[in-house]
Amino acid sequence: MGALVSFFAVVVLVAIVFVGVEAANLRYLFGVIIPYAALITFIAGFIYRIVIWARSPVPFRITTTCGQQKSHPWIKNDILDNPHSTIGVIGRMLLEVLLFRSLFRNTRLELRNGPKLAYEWEKWLWLAGLVFHWSFLVILVRHLRFFTEPVPVLIQALEGLDAFFQIGLPALYLSDAVILAAVTYLFLRRVLIPEIRYISLAADYFPLFLIFGLVLSGVLMRYFVRVDVVAIKELAMGLVAFRPSVPEGINVLFYIHLFLVSVLFAYFPFSKLMHLGGVFLSPTRNLANNNRMERHTNPWNYPVKVHTYEEYEDEFRDKMKAAGLPLEKE
Amino acid sequence: MSDIPEGTPKPEQLAQIRYKPPRRGWMDKPVELKKGTYCYSARSKFMEYLNLPNAREWNPTEGDWKLPADWKQTILDGMRERLTRFRSFRLFMDICVRCGACADKCHFFIGSGDPKNMPVLRAELLRSVYRNDFTAAGKILGRIAGARELTVDVLKEWYYYFYQCTECRRCSVYCPYGIDTAEITMLGRELLNLVGLNIGWTIEPCANCFRTGNHLGVQPHGFKDSIDFAVDELEEITGVRVEAPINKKGAEILFIAPSADYFASPHYYTLLGYLALFHEIGLDYTWSTYASEGGNFGLFTSHEMIKRLNAKMYAEAKRLGVKWILGGECGHMWRVVHQYMDTMNGPADFLEQPVSPVTGTRFENAKSTKMVHITEFTSDLIKNNKLKLDPSRNDHWRTTFHDSCNPARALGLFEEPRYVIKSVCNNFFEMPPNTIREHTFCCGSGAGLGNDENFEMRMRGGLPRANAVKYVNEKHDVNILLCICAIDKATLPVLMQYWVPGVEVGGIHEMVANALVMKGETKRETDMRGQPLNNAEEKEHV
Repeated sequence: MGALVSFFAVVVLVAIVFVGVEAANLRYLFGVIIPYAALITFIAGFIYRIVIWARSPVPFRITTTCGQQKSHPWIKNDILDNPHSTIGVIGRMLLEVLLFRSLFRNTRLELRNGPKLAYEWEKWLWLAGLVFHWSFLVILVRHLRFFTEPVPVLIQALEGLDAFFQIGLPALYLSDAVILAAVTYLFLRRVLIPEIRYISLAADYFPLFLIFGLVLSGVLMRYFVRVDVVAIKELAMGLVAFRPSVPEGINVLFYIHLFLVSVLFAYFPFSKLMHLGGVFLSPTRNLANNNRMERHTNPWNYPVKVHTYEEYEDEFRDKMKAAGLPLEKE
Repeated sequence: MSDIPEGTPKPEQLAQIRYKPPRRGWMDKPVELKKGTYCYSARSKFMEYLNLPNAREWNPTEGDWKLPADWKQTILDGMRERLTRFRSFRLFMDICVRCGACADKCHFFIGSGDPKNMPVLRAELLRSVYRNDFTAAGKILGRIAGARELTVDVLKEWYYYFYQCTECRRCSVYCPYGIDTAEITMLGRELLNLVGLNIGWTIEPCANCFRTGNHLGVQPHGFKDSIDFAVDELEEITGVRVEAPINKKGAEILFIAPSADYFASPHYYTLLGYLALFHEIGLDYTWSTYASEGGNFGLFTSHEMIKRLNAKMYAEAKRLGVKWILGGECGHMWRVVHQYMDTMNGPADFLEQPVSPVTGTRFENAKSTKMVHITEFTSDLIKNNKLKLDPSRNDHWRTTFHDSCNPARALGLFEEPRYVIKSVCNNFFEMPPNTIREHTFCCGSGAGLGNDENFEMRMRGGLPRANAVKYVNEKHDVNILLCICAIDKATLPVLMQYWVPGVEVGGIHEMVANALVMKGETKRETDMRGQPLNNAEEKEHV
């Protein structure tokens, strides 16, 4: 249900831009206005969401510890999985953000006769997630060649590396192949594994279809359909220089590609994709487990009704006296 | 120790678990309170004692839960307030991508196959309402955005599933964003509390603890009787008469243990261990009747209740004029002490940085909170050769160690208890790696769920732990499961009886007491349980 809704939403998006460009000739709208609007929405929305999160305090230091604590000098502290210092926290966060450390712990449960529970090797989700994100980043950075003149050496080098195997002409980018495979895997596991299908919402399928459409239109332009790259670069450079113009003769496929990117950017701050920003703020990961070493303060710590010793002794004084326990007041 | 209630399905039946979720979506499926899998409501007299809202007698199986007229607004206002107070709450509502890595990590899902016990879906129960009332997408797109309205049925679902989570935090270890279901459950329970939906097994202990200083409601003279009795018993076993000061002003150290240690079995043998150890090293310490509870069922109720109950520890330390606090074998107590106490009721500037009076070791890791875990303390004693130990007195035990959830995932207390065990026992065997340390499985009865009416669910939730014990039982003849948690000691025995008969449960300081060679002791005829040491071999082959 969620999958179908999302699929048709992406189909409708493609249809809108197709009709808009081919029939209504709204090239300036799709080539300039929407991309600008999307970028502004992305930046403003992203900041807004971060501010909303940041405005709520972290009242307690609730680190999840995944390794040995620091206690005695003769016991080795697991500084990355249970950091007690800022350096350790930075290390833990780097592992988390760059290598998906926690997801790497994943296992798959199997119940056998007996009953016998087994925790099987399962790194596919980790692998697919990791290569998906990394290839997305590579593709994003590669695209900077459309927005720079001359193209920086680093971006050229990255392109060269990405096309290292020199398969086909133009040479196949590894990142293109990998991201298609990864997105396909992530989609298939969502529909094929019953538990995952059960928890999936339209908001889980939509970004997958959107990104799939995005990559597909890009791949078509690069490898299969002739597009005017010079004109596209002219448009891109115009956007960057805030002197937007729409050159003639750009294939509608490009406008589809650009529109899907715009939708992705505009959608981003209002969706689960904000995990990009959120992962940095997660209090179970980004706080040192130094709880008993350094006091953490809670800005809204308010006084509560307690039962004082005096009230306690008042109630039990006779019994305490009879039992020979020391008293504050005889 | 509770026995297996009548009508409980047999283990073979319970082990027939279907993991395949139903075809239809989860949002409209009303909750079904099945016998043996839910908790009874809190009695009004305990609610009133604690001044909690909507105190009344009510029954979860009846249609009318006697909610206040404005219950919905109360809950939504409560959510709004908590969203501004807890970054964790807002963040965890927003960033889940539903990757499902947490799904088969929850012991309740593993043992029941109920899809709403997947941590992700447990959180979605709350998230769906959050989206509906607090996000633009949810307000506009409704169901498509995964939003649904808060109804009485949703509230009942919350009651069932937030009291079917033991706040063990195992799922948060695997979550790529560190989303912690314990946090969500804690806040979900707080919201339920606002309209008077509390369970008996958390509120009665809270009320008892508030009044008498401990969950069991033991009054000061009863506490003294208990300790005196233990002193007598220890003398019978060891021939050594120890002192156990209570409410003694000016002692160096205040010792606080979970109340079950002095009232329940097998906790009691651990109590004998504390007494023997403290005597042997000549510790200048005191027990307290006012702060006679290490545990804190406030953790299973609300943040406010944590603070109300925990306040006693520092208040009593101050009144008695001790230098620092030593804490006994308890699980969730240590989450409270480690992650909440100093923030809520500190700073403890009237105490001193803990220093072991025996070894001179400064406990750097406790310099602010000023409270030391007993296994940190004892491992330091052993490392410095301050104890004379005869591990062969534990040779009738083939041990394994259950990392309790909170010391594992809130502290990372892994090596200290193991070091102590290995020093006092000759036979120690680890359970499989995916079931210990940060991966450890809950006993299935924590967070206030260890009641008899919830028995079937406890056995289901305890299956992964029991299964790992069964593995070492079959492979290494392990016959005792050691742990440092009072809830474990209360609930693991019956879990073992159900899934792995023949395996006993004990505390680490029980093993310490067995091995501890005391000055002036008579020849040890029995262990702390009164089992003849010479006949140990025979027992093993029974």
